[in-house]
Amino acid sequence: MITLTQTPPTSTPPRTGVATDTWNVLVRELRPVLRDPFSALFSLVQPLIFLGLFGPLLVASSGLPAGETLQWFVPGILVMVALFGTASTGANLLGEMQTGSHERTLVAPLSRSALLMGRALKEVVPLIVQGLVICLVSLPFGFTVSVPGLLLGFVLLAVFGIGFGALSYSVALACRGRDWMFWIIHQTVIFPLMILSGMLLPLDDAPGWMKVAAAVNPLSYVVQAERDLFAGSLGTPAVLGGFAAAVITAIIGLMVGIRGMRRA
Amino acid sequence: MGSYAGGMTDTQNTQSLINARGLGKTFAAKGGAVDAVSNLNLEVRRGELVAFLGPNGAGKTTTLRLLTTLLTPSSGEATVAGCSISRDPAGVRRRIGYIGQGNSAGHNQRVRDELLSQGAFYGLTRRDTAVRADELLESLDLGSLAHRQVIGLSGGQKRRLDIALGLIHRPELLFLDEPSTGLDPQSRANLWKHIVDLRDDFGTTIFLTTHYLDEADQLAERVLVMDHGEVIADDSPAALKSRLAGDRITVTFDSAADARAALRHTGGETSGAIVTLTAEAAAAGERAVPQLVRALDAAGLAPVAITHRQPTLDDVFLNLTGRSLREEGQSAPASNPQEVAA
Repeated sequence: MITLTQTPPTSTPPRTGVATDTWNVLVRELRPVLRDPFSALFSLVQPLIFLGLFGPLLVASSGLPAGETLQWFVPGILVMVALFGTASTGANLLGEMQTGSHERTLVAPLSRSALLMGRALKEVVPLIVQGLVICLVSLPFGFTVSVPGLLLGFVLLAVFGIGFGALSYSVALACRGRDWMFWIIHQTVIFPLMILSGMLLPLDDAPGWMKVAAAVNPLSYVVQAERDLFAGSLGTPAVLGGFAAAVITAIIGLMVGIRGMRRA
Repeated sequence: MGSYAGGMTDTQNTQSLINARGLGKTFAAKGGAVDAVSNLNLEVRRGELVAFLGPNGAGKTTTLRLLTTLLTPSSGEATVAGCSISRDPAGVRRRIGYIGQGNSAGHNQRVRDELLSQGAFYGLTRRDTAVRADELLESLDLGSLAHRQVIGLSGGQKRRLDIALGLIHRPELLFLDEPSTGLDPQSRANLWKHIVDLRDDFGTTIFLTTHYLDEADQLAERVLVMDHGEVIADDSPAALKSRLAGDRITVTFDSAADARAALRHTGGETSGAIVTLTAEAAAAGERAVPQLVRALDAAGLAPVAITHRQPTLDDVFLNLTGRSLREEGQSAPASNPQEVAA
């Protein structure tokens, strides 16, 4: 027979700060990844396919050596990993809203901003692991990378990823009970952002309207900054532009996301 | 087994843990605003096990969500565990436990991990959380599943994990929203035992919503009946049944003509060959049956069968509203109302 046992009660649980709450949410989100790290590696399939199939086409069409083409292409692939990985992350929240998991965290004494920030920060860890794997895979084919540039590049990706992940959570909160709506928004936004960033193909010869669209796409600046950073050019205007775009994305994403979480 | 109910003073025992005054919630819906809860006055004292009973859509879950700070009230105010739901929702959250309708553990999480996270959310130390998690895993028969992924658990196992998550911080007040919905009879009986144990052995104050009549009848010492957003009755199940329903006696005859003839001697209502005595007529309960037989015999009427039964909470609801709770409970309105700003 099952019998409930219980140690004597303590006093009312103590107040915790936003930083502690964020850390606790982050640890909860990371535990499944740490328990099963191979799940994070499965998400590498898509970027590796792009690298393996699209890379040779680029090399052939550009007429440049493979190493030089990869120098241009790999940073774009890393931004693509950040884009696809963080854009889909709201789907996890949708799943937790459909069960009672999200509701439980709303009744727990956690600050609403910590609920959002802890989740968004979680996206950084698999992002960096995947980025390292892609760089390592590319090294034998002539790809070279500046270590300080790589580290700064990961910081840039992390800032952008937190912001874009927060936006994905905001969309999920707005699409409660309507998964299809989340995926329509996801598909409608993600492909134009990708194509109009020049991460896969250069936009130098694009029509004027595409260049205008690319100029207002924050991802264009992040991609350009990553290319400069990986090449070891750390203080260029493109790098500053990339950080500015990532920080603005993060601020907007966190503001909208925290607002959505407070209303959840 | 530890018990802390006995250590409380009389003052603490009678202290009010929930106190709502004029609480209301209005949602915007097609065709205008809907008052999901209106002018709710409610007091729950420490150590009580209170069931909130009503059909789907009556306002039970909305009330629960107001009291647990998941919704903000459109009108009125409530104090829960000494904290205002409007001015100090964080204080309320720190002091209560909540077990919602859905499965509250993340599907990709491991069972013990989820308990460790929940303990951290409530500010427990790592050591205390680990001790408490293992204690709950053991007592809720989840010990062998500690390292399993939640997605692989059965419905009953997930529900037991929900209970463990709601209890990790040893709350003084526990809210349960339709706790046994979707459970098989055995799991439901187990769950009821856990709930009663919590109140009896640990003095936990429990507030649960249900649309199952037997659940409210068997578990609660006090039942609040809710309909259309208002509390329409508040008493113990026995008192409600005695006051608002009374025993039921059904007399079956060979023909409808005999049933109509019997009505002159028995009172009540006929339906075909059956006479059902009203609450008033059957007030004397089983002692009325011999008198009834003698009266019918004297009138030359021979019933085929006479049955006597205790009233149910459905009879109470029927008398209060003219509708059956059983039928209402089966036709839940599917609406997705929008909250109206307070």
